[in-house]
Amino acid sequence: METKKKSSSTFVDEICSIPGGEKIRLCIQCGTCTGSCPNANKMQYAPRQLIAMARAGMRDEVLSSNSMWYCASCYLCTVRCPRDIKPTDLMHVIECLADRHGLSTKKNKTPTMYRTFSNLVYGTGGMPEVGFMMRFYLKTNPFSAMSMIPTAFGMLRHGRLSLKARKLKPEPQRQLKAILDKAKELGGS
Amino acid sequence: MKYYTYYPGCSCEEGTATAYGMSALAVAKALDVELIELEDWNCCGSSPYNSVDELGSLCLAARNLSLAEKKGLDVVTPCSSCYIMLDRVNHHLKESPKVKADVDAALAAGSMEYKGTVKTRHMLDIFVNDVGYDAIKSKVKKNLSELKVAPYYGCQVVRPGPGFDHPENPQTMERLIESLGAKATPFPLKARCCGGSLVIPEESVALELTYKLLENAVSNGAECIITVCPLCQVNLDIYQGKVNRKFKSNFKIPVLFFTQLMGVAFGIDAKSLGLEKCVVSVDKVLAKSSTAEKGG
Repeated sequence: METKKKSSSTFVDEICSIPGGEKIRLCIQCGTCTGSCPNANKMQYAPRQLIAMARAGMRDEVLSSNSMWYCASCYLCTVRCPRDIKPTDLMHVIECLADRHGLSTKKNKTPTMYRTFSNLVYGTGGMPEVGFMMRFYLKTNPFSAMSMIPTAFGMLRHGRLSLKARKLKPEPQRQLKAILDKAKELGGS
Repeated sequence: MKYYTYYPGCSCEEGTATAYGMSALAVAKALDVELIELEDWNCCGSSPYNSVDELGSLCLAARNLSLAEKKGLDVVTPCSSCYIMLDRVNHHLKESPKVKADVDAALAAGSMEYKGTVKTRHMLDIFVNDVGYDAIKSKVKKNLSELKVAPYYGCQVVRPGPGFDHPENPQTMERLIESLGAKATPFPLKARCCGGSLVIPEESVALELTYKLLENAVSNGAECIITVCPLCQVNLDIYQGKVNRKFKSNFKIPVLFFTQLMGVAFGIDAKSLGLEKCVVSVDKVLAKSSTAEKGG
């Protein structure tokens, strides 16, 4: 019993230590977040339940679930939450923790997508969209890229596929990297 | 003349939404708005970055705002995601001393500092609230009175806020459409989610949400949709063919950036507005706009 109590407080503390996670203790389990979520029906545990589980210290169940990865950041729950706990931010915090501890679900492609995207931003300071898509498909299922061919063709025909991408000059790039490395060190990511 | 620091964001600069950037600049010029691009800006990181490194994501935005702070102007961006990613930093810095200390320390590693004085604005906000509906109306050269337009806000232009319009039932674009001389159609799902970037890893989830939006717009009589977000435009326009294949629907509704519709009304040429970049042809819109030049 003692251990369980200890582990539960640790997990909530961990959530509270990341910007946006601080307010999880204020949740009154009203379910407004779940009722507002366009993707709640896709989630293993809907938002209200995920928050309850997190507060009960069910760390591994929460971090390895697919729930937060279905959050599309529409912020409907956030503007409706009567306790102002910002469930969208909370979803992002839980995603960060899942990623940090290597517990992100392998059954959904979203964690890989976010990682691929973020690594490119970290490495270039910009978002090379075509390079990003290619990396993502190579890392997940290259064959699923086949279904994108008609869409990509339409984009190409209308000048929507650009191989050009923003790349910072060497000095600002070094500066950005120094900042992000320090943030990683301080944030524990 | 009104002056702003301009943050185009990756999509509008070189990505899938270059037409948004082009049309925003063209319309700004017509409205005597001077957009001075922020030098050496970096990607905002969008929602993926704050899903892997929350503090890093705040620092990506803080670096941009630190660069902008030296200029002393409001930052304006056409992208809804860039808008909230930049805007939220000030709230976090104010609400949490720990976040402020961490962001300060990270910026210092790059010899930068950010005092928290820069206001981030969405392009829609500055056009309607700083320039104003009357000034916009005075620039209209084409008659769009036959055109029925669905105003699609999506999420992040109004949420989480507090912003310049209601988070669930915004009205800004309805008034803008009327100012341009066109008709705004009712659109109950106008501030609902299109699925955003989930279209990449979870395509069917996003296509279902996008289908509902297209159906809702069309069944309310819309002949085109206008958007304020690069990713919403991608989902509604580029993925419209996939929606049709998945749901056996037959949508063929043009999806323009709101700045493109403003440009059409102002009589700006199609090429400067990047109209050919819309995957679903905008000919229907142009046909309705060119019927009559507004007399006098």
